[in-house]
Amino acid sequence: MIEIKDLHKSYKMGNNSLHVLKGINFKVEEGELVAIMGSSGSGKSTLLNILGMLDELDEGSYTLDGVPIKNLSETKAAQYRNKFLGFIFQSFNLINYKSAAENVALPLYYQKVPRKERQEKAMQYLEKVGLKPWAEHLPNELSGGQKQRVAIARAMAAEPKVLLADEPTGALDSKTSYEVMDLIQKINDEGNTILVVTHEEDIAHMCKRIVHLKDGVIVEDKKVEQVRAEQYV
Amino acid sequence: MKFIFDRNTWQEIFGSIGKNKTRTVITVIGVLWGIFIYIALSGAAKGMDNGFEKVFESVSMNSMFVWGQSTSMPYEGFKTGRPMQLKLGDVDKLQNRIPEINNIAPRITLGNFGTDPVFTVRGQKSGSYPVNGDYPVYTKIATKKIFDGGRFINDEDIEQARKVCVIGERNVQELFDKDEDPIGQFIRIGDVYFQVVGVHKLSQGVSFDSDAAIFIPFTTFRKLYNTGDNVDYFCIAAYDDVDVVQVEKDVKTLLRNIHRVNPEDERAFGSFNLGQMFTRVSGFAKGMTFLSLIVGIATILAGVIGIGNILLISVKERTKELGVRRALGATPREVRSQIILESVFLTMVAGVMGIILGAGVLAFINGLTKDLDFPYTNPTVPIPYVLGALLIMVVLGTLIGLIPAQRAVSIKPIDALREE
Repeated sequence: MIEIKDLHKSYKMGNNSLHVLKGINFKVEEGELVAIMGSSGSGKSTLLNILGMLDELDEGSYTLDGVPIKNLSETKAAQYRNKFLGFIFQSFNLINYKSAAENVALPLYYQKVPRKERQEKAMQYLEKVGLKPWAEHLPNELSGGQKQRVAIARAMAAEPKVLLADEPTGALDSKTSYEVMDLIQKINDEGNTILVVTHEEDIAHMCKRIVHLKDGVIVEDKKVEQVRAEQYV
Repeated sequence: MKFIFDRNTWQEIFGSIGKNKTRTVITVIGVLWGIFIYIALSGAAKGMDNGFEKVFESVSMNSMFVWGQSTSMPYEGFKTGRPMQLKLGDVDKLQNRIPEINNIAPRITLGNFGTDPVFTVRGQKSGSYPVNGDYPVYTKIATKKIFDGGRFINDEDIEQARKVCVIGERNVQELFDKDEDPIGQFIRIGDVYFQVVGVHKLSQGVSFDSDAAIFIPFTTFRKLYNTGDNVDYFCIAAYDDVDVVQVEKDVKTLLRNIHRVNPEDERAFGSFNLGQMFTRVSGFAKGMTFLSLIVGIATILAGVIGIGNILLISVKERTKELGVRRALGATPREVRSQIILESVFLTMVAGVMGIILGAGVLAFINGLTKDLDFPYTNPTVPIPYVLGALLIMVVLGTLIGLIPAQRAVSIKPIDALREE
């Protein structure tokens, strides 16, 4: 599904160049649930941004579902993001003047899905994350966990190939974190490929594979016994 | 184009501009004020234009008067100071030689230009009034509204030198009893009895005659006062599309020629050019229209710039939202179109409201000035002007929207999403 070869990325900070990713080789198969771990500054968010086509790579190659991702125009990148990727952010990033249902329907709007179908799909995904009764509520009327579930529904709505979650539990207490992880695990059970960036050990162990990043290189890549989040909920 | 008529697009736009209602309203007021000023000013200018037109409606707009004075240069053996007397024969010569002339009305009067008014009697009542000897053609230059049942002097009156007269409203008031119909009655003008055939109504605005002027046939006048072929002055109306200043010059040149006056002598004949006056007055009204156009457009521009400014702030505030949208698959084009459409939409809403408000104020002013003696009538803004203003607003709205739109697009989604 995802294949990265010899990926380099550096940022220019005035006169200094900051070499963030120093040759990453990395492969994700369909249906995997991968945790990308690392302390802050290890380059995990940069990696996720490049995977999410939010940032460009300097060197190396990136192939997503057989499509080489390189030198995309903004428009093309937007279309690919819409088609291939679903994003889950630490701070949810819901649009605060839109209801939960409208937020979920937004990626479908950019896919030019007809209105009726869009609403139906949005409701369907809201139901999946257990928030159907909150469909007409604005984000500020929802709790943190609920917001993240809306965000997950939104990421799912476009039926992407890969879900990218950047610290999805970073802003949540541990109980809600486990609820969110439970949801992510269930989505993974249905065969969706998911990448989770986290620095929390327990969250990482709820994935099936852990990739450790340190100073821009992968120091460890191991399959783990998945801890089901269900038992903590 | 489909994008503009898509319900979803509008939902997005209403969503984002409805987010900060106070700010949206204040922004809209800026443009609304601009278009309001534009409509109100240009309507007022138009009203003034119409008003002036109404003032001049009873006289031919490119008309002039010519009268004889006395020479100021010796010529062909004549010495200086020879008084000039216009003659009836001049009419045909002028008409034949100057094709720009539409109508010439020779007039002779008593009671104007230093002569004594004529003592007029009816029964126990009397008064002194100016008396004019006129041809029917006079009404083609200065419209005379005649009250029902009456008429102006006609050709037969001239031919037979009938003793008929047309009197003014004030004559009727002073010579007749209330509720008495003057038509068909006789009044004594000087020593001769005349039958009243019409009562002329004093016209609003510019008029050559007072409301107490008595008109009698030119031929009757000349018989009565033994004036022969003498004419006091000519009322000349040129055709609509000719240069009246030139006609005035031509007429005077020709008159100098006929009366054997030095061609250089500017003082032998006097003239007053109403057409030139009118051009000046209407030039003033046009200037007002132009000024209101400039002021209006400048105000609209200021308002639209205000919208651009607010959208720029709004884009800044919505950086994150726009980043999310782009992460979710909004293309730069879609983001740009949305911002521009927001700008155009705000401009249009403001514009339409301003037009309605402006029209309302114009209607109000019209109501106030309706019965006033003030040159202000029917203030309107022509539809093309309104459409033009709307078009300008759409164009400006688009252009000004481009700036925040470009700003919105230049933000990379990753920068937009980065935590503060």
